[in-house]
Amino acid sequence: MKARRKHEGRWAWRLTGFVTVCVYIFMFAPIVATVILSFNASMFGGFPMTGFSLQWYGKLMANEPVLAAFRTSLWIALVTSAVTTAIGVVTSFALVRFEFRGKQALSTLVILPALVPETILGVGLLVLIKAVDQPRTMLLLVLGHILLAVPYVVLITQARMVGIRRVYEEAALSLGASRFSSFREITLPLLIPAVVGGALLAFTISFDNTSASLFWRPAGVETMPTQILSMLKISISPEINALGTVMILVTVGIPLLGGLILQSLTRLKRRGEPKEQAR
Amino acid sequence: MKRQWTLYDPRLAWLLVAPVLLLLIFFLVLPIAVMAAYTFFTFVTAGVETSALTTANWHEFLTDSYYAGFLLKTLRVGAITALLCGVLGYFPAYFIWATTFKHKWLLLLLLIVPFWISFTIRTFSWINILGEQGVINVALLKMGIISEPLPMLYNEGAVILGMLHFLLPYMILNVYVSLEGIDRTLISAARSMGCTSAQAFREVTLPLSLPGLAAGLLLCFVLAAGSYVTPQLLGSGRDALFGNLIYDTIMGELNWPMGATLSIVLFLVLGSFAAIYTRFMGMSQIVKGLGG
Repeated sequence: MKARRKHEGRWAWRLTGFVTVCVYIFMFAPIVATVILSFNASMFGGFPMTGFSLQWYGKLMANEPVLAAFRTSLWIALVTSAVTTAIGVVTSFALVRFEFRGKQALSTLVILPALVPETILGVGLLVLIKAVDQPRTMLLLVLGHILLAVPYVVLITQARMVGIRRVYEEAALSLGASRFSSFREITLPLLIPAVVGGALLAFTISFDNTSASLFWRPAGVETMPTQILSMLKISISPEINALGTVMILVTVGIPLLGGLILQSLTRLKRRGEPKEQAR
Repeated sequence: MKRQWTLYDPRLAWLLVAPVLLLLIFFLVLPIAVMAAYTFFTFVTAGVETSALTTANWHEFLTDSYYAGFLLKTLRVGAITALLCGVLGYFPAYFIWATTFKHKWLLLLLLIVPFWISFTIRTFSWINILGEQGVINVALLKMGIISEPLPMLYNEGAVILGMLHFLLPYMILNVYVSLEGIDRTLISAARSMGCTSAQAFREVTLPLSLPGLAAGLLLCFVLAAGSYVTPQLLGSGRDALFGNLIYDTIMGELNWPMGATLSIVLFLVLGSFAAIYTRFMGMSQIVKGLGG
């Protein structure tokens, strides 16, 4: 009896492992195929490979609309990331440290942009500016991206903020530090992992946004994803696969690099600090 | 005279949340309110409408079965996607949680990496797998199993597959977070009381992880039902979902009042699902899930 039970458990565990492996393959197969195909010598985007070639990368580097879209997206993402992080940090500071009326409602409202479908957010803002007769501008697009990224940044910084004990700040205040310097000297350094994490996430959310950008971009402006979308309407060329590969390198490389820098930073700091730390 | 501030003064709190509050009011609350008002505007011709109030848009929406069909199809696709995510996502989440493998973080990182990769790219990359010249067809042709490429792209299955690819990490992380919250001594206790590992799973682990599963289901359902890009890239015209309908009504037909009506409908429908969910589960689980 006991042996059979054990056998049953092992069988279930194996099934779990098997499905897990399948899911990982499922997640990475299309990405791997895209990277491989970007080196295809053939004119047509698809298997079988006819040879190894870097020509599509060369074509890409000479493709002015793509480069313009890349620059646009990069700027938007950098501004979005910086502003959203700043807003997010003060917001979660207020939400964690203070008691005020309407706090609960506000914290629900803050995560709403992550739950409302982008199409609705997109149409809503368009209808609003149409009602007050305003044009679509870059500022609008950036503010829209900030709206989309804010919930994630607030959630990340909030989670970390909860773990920083307020007595540290209060000690600084009681020793005569100003409120701002106690925040800058005590809270912010402890919050750094969440700040960097939030900034990276905001960058990716903005750089990657498709649906809402389709509604909000000013006439004639393409961001990277909308540019890809319009290229896909024409054909699936190996050039798109090359573009995809470059994007994968950028969007995976930057956060990984950021994470590594972060890790070595905290390690350096740990060395200089006493062991006791806020959770 | 200096103003008196107390240590955790609510006035200071309002000052701190002012930027986010303004942003939310002007970019979220106000747009939705104006959109709701727009549903009663009169459509004249493409791009032109008057503020003469009418219920024509709502009348058209409620009487034309075309819209109801679209909505039902969208909800059906969303539900299928969410359920598939739940079934397929639970296993990896459980595996990562229960494994004795030392580098758990690596398994989690591998799930987060696809989050970073451009959504548009991840979606179109399925064409390289499912297309006529995709991996599957070429391999099957080469092996002589089929003589004609299988039509796997531009149908509802491809759309669901694409959304599954996009949403699975959400589900896995949601379930994983709620599994992490379980006190492992409870399971040891169940085992020491004579439960088999399967019984311990059924009686302890599974029920305690249900909030995460439910949050994941809601998130996947809402995001799938609101999607626009995936049906556009991987579906045929017949596989368009409600998001595509809204986009075409606004950007194609320039029928803003109808577009607003459709948006409000989708907002209300998905919102009521979320409301029912929070009524039973509370908001905190979604917050945990989104925060990773």
